[in-house]
Amino acid sequence: MARFTPHTDSDIEEMLDAIGVRSIDDLFADVSPKMSGELDLPPVLSEYEALRDVEEAAWENDTGLPMFLGAGAYDRIIPSSVSAMLSRGEFLTAYTPYQSEVSQGGLQVIFEFQSMISELAALEISNASVYDGANAVVEAALMTARLTKRDPKVAVSAGLNPRYREVIETYGVEIVELSHNNGTTNFSDVPDDVSGVFVQNPNYFGNIEDIEAASEAAHGVDALCVAVCDPISLSLLEAPGNLGADIAVGEAQPLGMSLSFGGPYAGYMATKEKFVRQLPGRITGETVDKDGKLAYVLTLRGREQDIRRARANSNICTNQALTALAATVYTALMGPEGLREVAELSASKAHYLAERLQASGFRLRYPDSPFLWEFAVEMEDVERANEALLDAGMIGGLDLGDGAMLVAVTEKRTKEELDAFVEVVANA
Amino acid sequence: MLSEKTLGSLIRDKGRPGRRGFTLPKNDVENLDLEKILPKKALREEKPELAEVDEPTAVRHYTNLSRKNWGIDTNFYPLGSCTMKHNPRANEAAAATPGFASLHPLQPEKQSQGALRVMHELQGFLSEVSGLSAVSLQPLAGAQGELTSILMVRKYFEDAGDTGRTTVIVPETAHGTNPATATMAGFKSKEIGVDEHGGVDVEELREAVDETTAALMITNPNTCGVYERNITEIAEILHDAGAFLYMDGANMNANMGRMRPAKAGVDIMHYNLHKTFSTPHGGGGPGCGAIASTEKLAPFRPDPTVEKSGDEFRFVRPEKSIGRVAGFHGNFGPILRAWNYIKMHGPELRDVTDMAVLNANYVRAKLGGAYRVPYNELCKHEVVIQPPEGKRALDIAKGLIDHGYHPPTIYFPLVVKEAMLIEPTESESKETLDDFIGAMLELAETSDEDLEASPTTAPTRRLDETRAARQLKARW
Repeated sequence: MARFTPHTDSDIEEMLDAIGVRSIDDLFADVSPKMSGELDLPPVLSEYEALRDVEEAAWENDTGLPMFLGAGAYDRIIPSSVSAMLSRGEFLTAYTPYQSEVSQGGLQVIFEFQSMISELAALEISNASVYDGANAVVEAALMTARLTKRDPKVAVSAGLNPRYREVIETYGVEIVELSHNNGTTNFSDVPDDVSGVFVQNPNYFGNIEDIEAASEAAHGVDALCVAVCDPISLSLLEAPGNLGADIAVGEAQPLGMSLSFGGPYAGYMATKEKFVRQLPGRITGETVDKDGKLAYVLTLRGREQDIRRARANSNICTNQALTALAATVYTALMGPEGLREVAELSASKAHYLAERLQASGFRLRYPDSPFLWEFAVEMEDVERANEALLDAGMIGGLDLGDGAMLVAVTEKRTKEELDAFVEVVANA
Repeated sequence: MLSEKTLGSLIRDKGRPGRRGFTLPKNDVENLDLEKILPKKALREEKPELAEVDEPTAVRHYTNLSRKNWGIDTNFYPLGSCTMKHNPRANEAAAATPGFASLHPLQPEKQSQGALRVMHELQGFLSEVSGLSAVSLQPLAGAQGELTSILMVRKYFEDAGDTGRTTVIVPETAHGTNPATATMAGFKSKEIGVDEHGGVDVEELREAVDETTAALMITNPNTCGVYERNITEIAEILHDAGAFLYMDGANMNANMGRMRPAKAGVDIMHYNLHKTFSTPHGGGGPGCGAIASTEKLAPFRPDPTVEKSGDEFRFVRPEKSIGRVAGFHGNFGPILRAWNYIKMHGPELRDVTDMAVLNANYVRAKLGGAYRVPYNELCKHEVVIQPPEGKRALDIAKGLIDHGYHPPTIYFPLVVKEAMLIEPTESESKETLDDFIGAMLELAETSDEDLEASPTTAPTRRLDETRAARQLKARW
């Protein structure tokens, strides 16, 4: 018998007796034997053997190299305390905190997460997370339709991460294309029947957008403005809530989550309190217990699927509690100054790299649009450049497919690595 | 013991301006002057009010919060429908392996062959367990697996030019996510009743199914813990009407090696890797809601899936894909853990199911009498019971906390008054079950007054939930 199931043969005998059946097979007497059958799976492995296989598979990936890829997921420094807190079994192996009395730890973490997100976005209320940035975007799109009582139809530009746009389309939301000039969106021609206007900042190409222009355009047609923001950038860029945005959403991965080939990450959502009934997912609120002691509980549950069923505002149940904990611990350790330093270091290094590339004869795709830590640089053959970078022990940027590479620089990169990058692509 | 002061305060209140919990490498290039590149109005005027704490304070704060939380590691957690089994720590070691943890999702396929191989192999394992050949690992949680499945069904009918399929049928015992999913996918959800086994009422189903039916969303074993013995007939009714049978896989822990959904006529289903394959629940996520379908629905799977061509693994967009449902390739952390879990079990996954079903039936046999068992027949991996006449499920649940047990799921399924849904899982020993049964029997005899006062030993007593909603305070 395997190590994860404790019963001995005599335990099993006693239990079968208590149930009043003779064999384990009798417990499946109601299942037609035609439905069962041996599982054709590889032979059982010990932990040591299984983890050896993990190591072997890990070696088939190219990792541990300086990274210049971003486009929605960033290679940032993660304090050791983050994973230490995540590995606490009381957090790791708990379920959704429906039983508040024995879930106060998890509930308070969510309350702190919501507080930090609300502060970063300068909006009144936040939920306990959704699956990822893309899903935060689509949930916001659906929210705008419910709030404006219009069909789900949103105005977006090429500045919105194309993967987010694809998820919006999967969920049946109509998209109206806004033009973009020199890498930033033109909000002057928003049609008057959209439910929402989206602005990503920094946008997909790394450029800084005008959230105020987006919210004015949205409100001009009685639609809502959704700002999609990198949370690290909110330490130094004006908060969407202060620029007229009605909903702020985004990918919380940069807040202490490892790249992990795309997940688990966490999507965040913040909005105005008057819109809270249309905010999907869990929300933790403060209350008191019988003795008047401060405590936390999942609240406004009437929005959710287990209570409202077919009329719920979303079907979301499980979210990203553990990665939201990572974001909370990370943000607590960094504080407002630390987040700002992460942002400034990344921006300084990205600008150094952009200047060095220009000095070596490369042209930026959008030379007149300010950026922070990600930019598009024109290259004749991005694939060849990336191969040369890999040969030199670096992971290059994203091939935009039209003669440009999207390069991301984080606080991890050193001057030496940046210089090496320039040298390799210049000679590729 | 923790002091009240420690218990009550937020991380923000433990900080002082100027404290820092982490230092970063020094800048080795020129400092960028943001005011030079950005208009003043683009820069943040007021700094956000976050915590400003040192590392020891932060670590102590979150460690102490964890001590106010119960998990499987600390307590027996017989939460029905949630499969709270032990989470092997080898899975955590696997997920922390740097060669996976630091892999960027947009690295080219040839740089990610190890990750793609893991995904391809897991697709195969899930296909073997379900008997359904086409798998997608992309959905990020069970509810998204449901939505993905129903969107695939929708796209199938669109593609076939069959525009009249407007309804998804859902039994009244279904998880709330099922009807919510049907609505979100643009269908009308039609509820039907259940028979004396808590199973789909076949006659009512026959009445309900017509040319507007797109699918039935079934859970098997159903949410009363009973096997759907009419599953083959149910599948036939749907197939005869040109509709699909979708299976909610939340209860797959009862089926491995014992019931292959494909053989029962299921066309498409979702798994909860965080339930059946033990990737931790993490206090409510992350999960993975992988789906498996027949070849008929395979072309509609999310973009992308992983295929093998020659010696190389690559991402492929299914021909008539519904599109993507996640920003990247799915929750790879849980995918890797589930792959590792299955490899540590192999064909013995069937023993997992057997022991889970044995444990649930043992609890049923021992609690029957003191508790009412509305479906007192063979159950599968979970059993629904009712408290003795006059007692409330909520009170028994809170009383359990004082005995050191996490309460079972209560007031679900909705068709059973005062329902208590108990799922012990295969992880628990006979001694643990006997102790739990002893506590339950004691609670059946405990005075209403004492029950209503419980819990008294937990970090808090019962909460004022109305106040939380009426005087909403969801942030500092």
